[in-house]
Amino acid sequence: MTTQRAPASMYRNREGLGVWEHRGKVAAVGVGHSPTSRRWDGTAENCIGALAIDALRKAIADAGVDPSAVDGLVMDPGTTTGAHWEEGDPIPMDVVNAFNPTDDPLDGIAKLSAEWILKNMPELSGINFTMYGPGCMSNAIVVAAQAIGDGMAHTCLVLKGWHNLAGRYYQGGAAAMDTVAGNAWGQLWGTRAGTTDAFTFQEYLHKYGKNHDMMANFIVNSKKNGLLFPEGFFAQNRPDEITREDYINARWIVKPLNLFDMDIPIMATAAYLFTTAERAQDMAQNPVYILNHCTTRPKFGLNQGLENAMLSTEATARKSYTGAGITASDLSFENMYDGFTVFHNHYLEGLRYGGMKRGEVLDFYESEDISISGPNPVSPSGGNCGSGRTRFWMHTDTIQQLQGRAGARQISKPAEIGISGGPMPQGGDFTVWSSTPG
Amino acid sequence: MPKQSPAPAEGDITKPFWDAANEDRLIVQRCLPCTDLRGLTVLQFPPEPTCVWCGLGDDALEWYEVCGRGTIDTYGILHDAAQRQLQPDQPLNVAVISLEEDPRCQMLSHLRDTPVDEIPVGATVEVVFEVTPATGQKVPEWRVVG
Repeated sequence: MTTQRAPASMYRNREGLGVWEHRGKVAAVGVGHSPTSRRWDGTAENCIGALAIDALRKAIADAGVDPSAVDGLVMDPGTTTGAHWEEGDPIPMDVVNAFNPTDDPLDGIAKLSAEWILKNMPELSGINFTMYGPGCMSNAIVVAAQAIGDGMAHTCLVLKGWHNLAGRYYQGGAAAMDTVAGNAWGQLWGTRAGTTDAFTFQEYLHKYGKNHDMMANFIVNSKKNGLLFPEGFFAQNRPDEITREDYINARWIVKPLNLFDMDIPIMATAAYLFTTAERAQDMAQNPVYILNHCTTRPKFGLNQGLENAMLSTEATARKSYTGAGITASDLSFENMYDGFTVFHNHYLEGLRYGGMKRGEVLDFYESEDISISGPNPVSPSGGNCGSGRTRFWMHTDTIQQLQGRAGARQISKPAEIGISGGPMPQGGDFTVWSSTPG
Repeated sequence: MPKQSPAPAEGDITKPFWDAANEDRLIVQRCLPCTDLRGLTVLQFPPEPTCVWCGLGDDALEWYEVCGRGTIDTYGILHDAAQRQLQPDQPLNVAVISLEEDPRCQMLSHLRDTPVDEIPVGATVEVVFEVTPATGQKVPEWRVVG
């Protein structure tokens, strides 16, 4: 079975599409997570392939279905957090041969194909549909939702894994050479991940007369929520809260973004089991119904810019709400992406979350109760900030909140409708979820 | 100033830009259909095979020499560069420059002669061409003039 990237027709990326034709007819039921770690330890037990198998089996068991009943798999074949297998580095054949390999020896170690999964999970004997939703879990989710709605599968696993290797990524290679390819425009001036987002944040601070330290409550809140996430990296490995002062005094990476505005690359894998609303009734967990999904695709330039971020998030909000048949006031909580943390600002303003308008998000963080106990919970998952770079905590938390099993993170108000998605304010994939089919 | 030398391959879409820089000329792409349609000079940088606005390529894009003036749009202060050659100079200004002919067309600069973290947003800048050490390839930099 050859696995293709999802075609453009599966993404709802235009405005004016109306209510999603499958609103409330697709549900998430099962959730599975691998353990987390900072880096791969070189063992077969902890390679990205093994973590994926672990998460998938947990999601299937969580949903209470027989593995042979699963007929679909949507995933992202890319797994790097930024770390690349350097050309010429020896390949650990003991790890490769601990599994049923594909033709690519790095499959299962530094990337992950659907073919590798199916070769190593013989219990998935009923799968006849596979597709790639590349980039992150947000993409795979919307592809899986559309696939089930369209009848391509009825019980579908959704998978995203991340591997992290030794060393500081982006260092070495082209960054250490005396000459660079002619298209390395940003590199010549030292840009790196986060630099253009620092530009945009600086533009925001200048325009609205705010300052960086006004992010402190958001960071502290996200870190606190992350420590309530037993599946997360910090809860498992570094269970220390941070204070406002820790944040404000942290070293700059690219001012006005400091260390805590960045996320930490880790090894982790998550999987969900999606199915039809009808089949979900017979499964082991409460269904979480998908009311809509939508996509916004960015135009990348040298600097993506504040206006682009604002217009894009506003478009995302319009598409999300219209397709789900809801308004901003229907949201019980939000779990938009946060890696880099300042992304969250654009999302909240675009969504008009809690009634806010442009230029108000930092005051909202400072003056409102944004905790899980408050009237407008902000990022109850804690996101990448609270649990490490995976781009999936927000989805897991949203599902668990709406199932009423978020444990210590469960928001105090009734969890009825939530939104999650990312990665970038200028573009990504987004899902509106509900505890009822609507 | 940048410490690495751009080294475009023959036939690389970026090569005309770098060749012009060696002649102290600043050129960017102009989209002819967009310029005609909107009555504006629609420029784009970095170079792309197609216009980022209308998606047309081939004959739609031409190289266009700009006057070399712009304004500072925003900035960041780089404290933790990945590029080895820049690390000894940290912290570094990295300013976003909007070109006079089309402010959406932007370039980066370390802002020669401007103290770190004292960047005058909105100030006028002009291009200067500086020689990079490895190959002598010139790159456009910018300095505040008002």
